[in-house]
Amino acid sequence: MTESTPDLPVSVSAASGAIADSDESNNTDGANESVITTRDLSVFYGSYQAVRNVDMDFGKNRITAMIGPSGCGKSTVLRCFNRMNDLIAGARVEGTITYHGQDVYADDVDTIEVRRRVGMVFQKPNPFPKSIYDNIAYGPRVNGWKVDSMDDVVEEALTRAALWDEVKDKLKESALALSGGQQQRLCIARCIAVQPDVILMDEPCASLDPIATSKIEDLMRELAGDYTIIIVTHNMQQAARVSDRTAFFTADVDDHGVRHGRLVEMDKTKTIFTNPSDPRTEGYISGRFG
Amino acid sequence: MTITEPLPSPSAPLDRPLLKATGEPLRERAFKWLLWFCMGVGLLTLVVLLTYVVIKGWSRLDSRLITNMPSSVLPETAGAQSAIAGTLWLMTFTAIWSLPTGILAAIYLEEYGDANRWYNRAIEINILNLAAVPSIVFGILGLAFISRGLGFGPTILTGSITLALLVLPIVVIASREAIRAVPQSIRAGSLALGATQWQTVYRQVLPAAIPGIATGAILALSRAIGEAAPLLMLGVSFVQFNPDGLMSNFTALPVQIYSWTTEARPEYGTLAAAASVVLLIMLLAMNSVAIYIRNKTQRRW
Ligand SMILES: Nc1ncnc2c1ncn2[C@@H]1O[C@H](COP(=O)(O)OP(=O)(O)OP(=O)(O)O)[C@@H](O)[C@H]1O
Ligand SMILES: [Mg+2]
Repeated sequence: MTESTPDLPVSVSAASGAIADSDESNNTDGANESVITTRDLSVFYGSYQAVRNVDMDFGKNRITAMIGPSGCGKSTVLRCFNRMNDLIAGARVEGTITYHGQDVYADDVDTIEVRRRVGMVFQKPNPFPKSIYDNIAYGPRVNGWKVDSMDDVVEEALTRAALWDEVKDKLKESALALSGGQQQRLCIARCIAVQPDVILMDEPCASLDPIATSKIEDLMRELAGDYTIIIVTHNMQQAARVSDRTAFFTADVDDHGVRHGRLVEMDKTKTIFTNPSDPRTEGYISGRFG
Repeated sequence: MTITEPLPSPSAPLDRPLLKATGEPLRERAFKWLLWFCMGVGLLTLVVLLTYVVIKGWSRLDSRLITNMPSSVLPETAGAQSAIAGTLWLMTFTAIWSLPTGILAAIYLEEYGDANRWYNRAIEINILNLAAVPSIVFGILGLAFISRGLGFGPTILTGSITLALLVLPIVVIASREAIRAVPQSIRAGSLALGATQWQTVYRQVLPAAIPGIATGAILALSRAIGEAAPLLMLGVSFVQFNPDGLMSNFTALPVQIYSWTTEARPEYGTLAAAASVVLLIMLLAMNSVAIYIRNKTQRRW
């Protein structure tokens, strides 16, 4: 296991040499303990390098948004944090990712434990074809937890996910009968029920209407007190509304005409949206805001 | 259908009602008729066959069939009790050997095996080929290796292992299809919660695949229940007692039917038809069990 000490304020994003005026404004949120840290992270699919040289720090109990054009590797990076890339044949990670200082990709790491601590909510709601109750109870059950009352676990998770009032009378009914927005909140509740430390969300509102979206956003703000949240989104307003910090990714074309994703800059959301240090960030954001 | 002219504006005077149906094009109708025709051929054949068998066997479709033992001397008192019992024993053990093996093999190939490895590809191609091997070849295999090689003789054990090998590819192929139809997002969701791969397979993939697996299992057993050739090859013939264990000699309905149809006396033809009806009823019963399982497991979704 590599004992990497998160020496906080030193690292600078591979791209942004220039640092904006604020003293906290490099990508390593100096004021906060870093929960997940990446150093020189590259991800390959076979021989294709999808993402290169990413250095990031995710502060404790912060919401970090990852934005950038399609195909620049946001999901790829996100899937490294809970080792879901392991499921993709040919995917390979170089560089280091640490979780509370421990190398996530060390040989003796238990991927099960990683995934329990670093939960994930997917783009498309993916409730299990079981009852609402069993969806929530699934995590604690497979992790072999002895709980005094599973009913309480279920109620608490659903309450935290702001879904309890809507489903409390139909806990035994199929989760597939819920609306898309309810299903997504169910997936968040399911994730919370295993008491993770970090929640990864890959475009969690992509298939939802504005009302459901705003419910999920409220929920994220609500959860931010207790969880470190990393969210990938194409919705600039959403990033601006919910996140504390924002990372902007883009894709460069190399000499051989191959596109590689990389981090341009990472900073406080306010700085990224009002005074980014890289012109590409500004171009992307202003293009999106219209 | 392509729009060749702009649609008339609703306010403009129309020479025909705007939304009036123009009738199905001939091609659509012709295709529908073709479908009906094909279905009709299939259904009609089945109905004719069933009616023929029932009419032919009608005079012998009574309790004698179940209470009496087969006989090649007295067609009036001959029954098929030992054959019915033999078929039940045979099917039970065929299922016991082939279903767990086939389902586990399918799980291995779909969920664990790396499809790019040469040995997994070899297994896969072999299974597909095995499904196309004529049943008599399995009979020869059973005779040479199980009956004589292992010295088990023409017993329930030999028969059920032979039939299990025969239908194993069907079980594997159907189970793989069912497992593959389970969306990847379910596996990802389960693993992301900290479930192990086996937990994911056992608690998510298999329950979701059960309807498809049950259908495959019944297809396989339906194939096995009607097989006479491999059993004849094994030397299964007339016995006048019910099996009492795996090492017991036996006879089975298809074998019995076959040997009756080769008898010269017409009474035996009637008997064969009646026994065929019994075989069909057992087949239908098996199918209903599968449909029941399918409906019951699907309702949980
Ligand atoms: N399973 C995979 N196998 C091979 N290449 C992949 C795989 N997943 C992603 N890629 C490639 O990696 C690059 C980054 O993809 P990724 O999905 O991470 O982008 P993204 O930023 O999440 O895009 P989007 O915003 O559209 O979701 C793309 O060029 C993509 O083609
Ligand atoms: Mg993505």
